[in-house]
Amino acid sequence: MTALLDRVAKAASTTAFGLSALAVAFFLFAAAIVVGVLFWQTNNLLTEQVLATLTGEARILTSEMKVGGQGKLIETVTALSRPQGTGLYYLADPNGTKIAGNLNRIPPELEAEGHGGVFTYQQMVDGKEKTHLAVAIPVDLGPGLRLIIGRDVEDQRAFADSVRTTFLLGFGVLSILGLLGGLAVSRLIVNRMDEITATSRQIMDGDLSRRIPTSGKGGELDSLAASLNQMLDRIENLMSGLREVSDNIAHDLKTPLNRLRNSAEAALRDPRGGEAYREGLERTIEKADELIKTFNALLLIARLEAGALEESTETFDLGRFAADVSELYAPAAEEVGFVLSIDMEQGLFVSGNRQLIGQAIANLIDNAIKYSRGGEPGSVITVRACLLEGRPAISVGDHGPGIDAADREKALKRFVRLEASRTKPGTGLGLSLVAAVARLHHGEVRLEDNQPGLRVVLLLSNKCLIAAPQHEGDAEPGLAAQ
Amino acid sequence: MKNSGSSVDQTAGLPRRPAHGQLNSERREDESRTYTMRVLVIEDDKETALFLQKSLKENGHTADLAHDGEAGLALATEGAYDVLIVDRMLPRLDGLSLIKSLRAEGNRTPVLILSALGEVDDRVKGLRAGGDDYLTKPYAYSELLARVEALGRRTAPEEQQTRYTVGDLVLDRLSHRVTRGGEHILLQPREYRLLEYLMQHAGQVVTRTMLLEHVWDYHFDPQTNVIDVHVSRLRAKIDKNFDRQLLHTVRGAGYTIRDGPA
Repeated sequence: MTALLDRVAKAASTTAFGLSALAVAFFLFAAAIVVGVLFWQTNNLLTEQVLATLTGEARILTSEMKVGGQGKLIETVTALSRPQGTGLYYLADPNGTKIAGNLNRIPPELEAEGHGGVFTYQQMVDGKEKTHLAVAIPVDLGPGLRLIIGRDVEDQRAFADSVRTTFLLGFGVLSILGLLGGLAVSRLIVNRMDEITATSRQIMDGDLSRRIPTSGKGGELDSLAASLNQMLDRIENLMSGLREVSDNIAHDLKTPLNRLRNSAEAALRDPRGGEAYREGLERTIEKADELIKTFNALLLIARLEAGALEESTETFDLGRFAADVSELYAPAAEEVGFVLSIDMEQGLFVSGNRQLIGQAIANLIDNAIKYSRGGEPGSVITVRACLLEGRPAISVGDHGPGIDAADREKALKRFVRLEASRTKPGTGLGLSLVAAVARLHHGEVRLEDNQPGLRVVLLLSNKCLIAAPQHEGDAEPGLAAQ
Repeated sequence: MKNSGSSVDQTAGLPRRPAHGQLNSERREDESRTYTMRVLVIEDDKETALFLQKSLKENGHTADLAHDGEAGLALATEGAYDVLIVDRMLPRLDGLSLIKSLRAEGNRTPVLILSALGEVDDRVKGLRAGGDDYLTKPYAYSELLARVEALGRRTAPEEQQTRYTVGDLVLDRLSHRVTRGGEHILLQPREYRLLEYLMQHAGQVVTRTMLLEHVWDYHFDPQTNVIDVHVSRLRAKIDKNFDRQLLHTVRGAGYTIRDGPA
C-alpha cells in the first residue's frame, strides 16, 4: 500500500503530471464558462416566457374588470385560483384584506416594490408543505383594489437544479479522470526515465555494453534513447579503441623494450669486454631511437586527434609540395628498383598544415616502397596531386600485393599490421597517422584497388582549397617530371 | 649584419675565433678544431644539465648551468654566451617567456630550445618567441652538439660570403657554379643546395635532421634514411674521381665536409 502511495506520489511530483493537471484545470475552466453561459441564457429565456404569459393574463383581467366590474373580477380570480395550480393570485381590498386568490399574503419579496419579481411561497403538495419558487407581477386595477398574479416556476428551478448537479458531477468525474490520466501518463514517462537512469547507472558502474531499451514506436523518448545509445556506441568504440591501443602499446613498445634490455644484458655478459660493450651500447641506442620514433608517432596521432593545430596552418601549392616530397624519396626508391612517377596538377593551392601533409605523403611513399617489390617491370609508384570531387587530394599508388577489401578498414587503425607486413620494419602507425592528418583537415583516407596493388587517397576538405588548377591555362608541362 | 656586432660586444675579451670577414676555408677549418664556445644551459633537470655540461666540456666548450628560469635569465643577461640552451618547461619562469624577455632587452644570443613538446605547433611557437632552433626530447647528444655548434657560428657573416671553398672544391654562390680542381661539376638544384649547406658549415658536423630541415625545410620524420641516398649521390659527383675525400660520414652523427680527416 505504501509502495503504491509512494509510486503515486512520485508520479504526482513529475513534470508530466504537473502538465496534465494544468491541462485538466484549463479544460474544466473552459467547460465551466460554456456551461455557465448556456445555463444563464436558458434561465433567462424561460423567465421571460413566464413574464410574457403573466403580462397577457394581466391584460385580460384588467379588461374583464372594465367590462364586468369588480364582481366579475373577483369571480374570475376565484375561479382561476386552484389550490395546487401553477397560477397564483392574490386580490385584496384597499385595507389589505384578502378578497380572493390562492396566495395567503403578498409575498414579502414583492411588498416593497411596485413591480414584479421572484419570491418563494409555501404550497401544500400531498399534504406536505413545500417551499416553491414563483414569479409574480402586480396588476394595476386603479385605486382601491390590489391584484398580484404569479406563476409557480418550481419545475423550472428543479430543472435548473438538476442541470447544475449534473454539471458539477460531470466536472468532478472529468477532473478525477483527467488527473488519473495525467498520473498514468507520468507513470509511463517515469518508467521510461527510470529505465534510462538505471541503464546509465549500470554503465557508470562499468558495464559499457548496456543500452537503453526503445519501445520502437518512434516517439521523442525513443529518439532520445536512440541518440543516447549512439553516444554510448561511440564511447564504447573509443574505449575499445583505447584498450586495443594499450594492448598494442604493450606489444609494440614492450617487445622492442625487452629486446633492448636483452641486447644490453648480452653485451654485459660478453667475454670480449670493451669492444662488445661498445657494440652493445650502439645497438641499445639504435633500438632506443626506434622506440622514440614509435612513441613520437603515437603522441603525434593523439595530438592530431585532440584537435586543430592553428598556429602552423599555411597556404601552399599542393602539387609542387607533393612533387618536392617525392623528389626527396626518388633516389631512395630508385635505389631499391622503383620508378617514382609524379603526376601533379598545377596551381592547386591549399591551406593546411604543410609539415603534417608532408609527413603523410612521406609515410605513404615509404609504405609503398616497403610493401611492394622493386626491381620488376611494373615497379612504379605513382604520386598524384589533383582535385577529386572538388576536394584537394593526394594519392600514392603502387603495384604491390595490395590490401584485401575486407582488411582495408582495419589497416587504417593504429598499430594494425596486417599479417603480411608483420616482418617488415616500422611502427605500424604510418597509415593511421595519415588518417589522423586527413581528419585534422576534415578529410578522409580511402584505400583503393590500384589494379593491381594499393592506392591510398588522402582527401582534404574542400575548405582547404584556396585555388583550383586552371586547365585551359598556360600551365607549363613537365614540372613534375623527374 | 647587426648580429655580428652585438655578438662581438658580448664576447669581447674572450679567447675566441678571429674577427669575422677574413674567413677562408683553411682558416675556418683550423678554427673549428680549437674553437671554444661559452654555452649557458638552462635546464631544471640536474642530471640532464650535468650531462650536457660534461659532454660539452669533452667537446672543448665551456658550459654554465642554471636550474630555473629566473636564474637563467639573470645569467644570460649578465654573462656573454655564444649559445643558450633553454629547456622549455622551467620553474619560476618558463623557457619561452625567458627568451621573450631576453629578446626584448635586445640580447640576440642564439638560443636552442629543448622541449618535450615536439609537434609542429610547438616548434612554431618556440621560434616565434625568439628561439633560433628547436630540439625535441629525447634527442641524441650528437644532434644537440651539431646544432649548438651551428648556432655558435651563426653570428659569422655567412650571408655575405659569395664563395665557399673547401680544399680545391669551390662553390660560387653568384653563378651557382661548383668546381673541383678547376673542373666544373654539374649538380641538380637540390644537390647544389645540399652542398651549399654543407660548405656553409664546413668543418662542422651536420646531422641528417639538420639537412632535412634546412635544405628541404621539412620538419617531419622521413621514416627511412632518404637523406643518405642524396648525400651519396652528391658524394659521387664531388669526390668520386679525386684522391682526397672531402665529404665525410661521421658515424652516429651525420656528415661533415672538410679538407682532411673527419
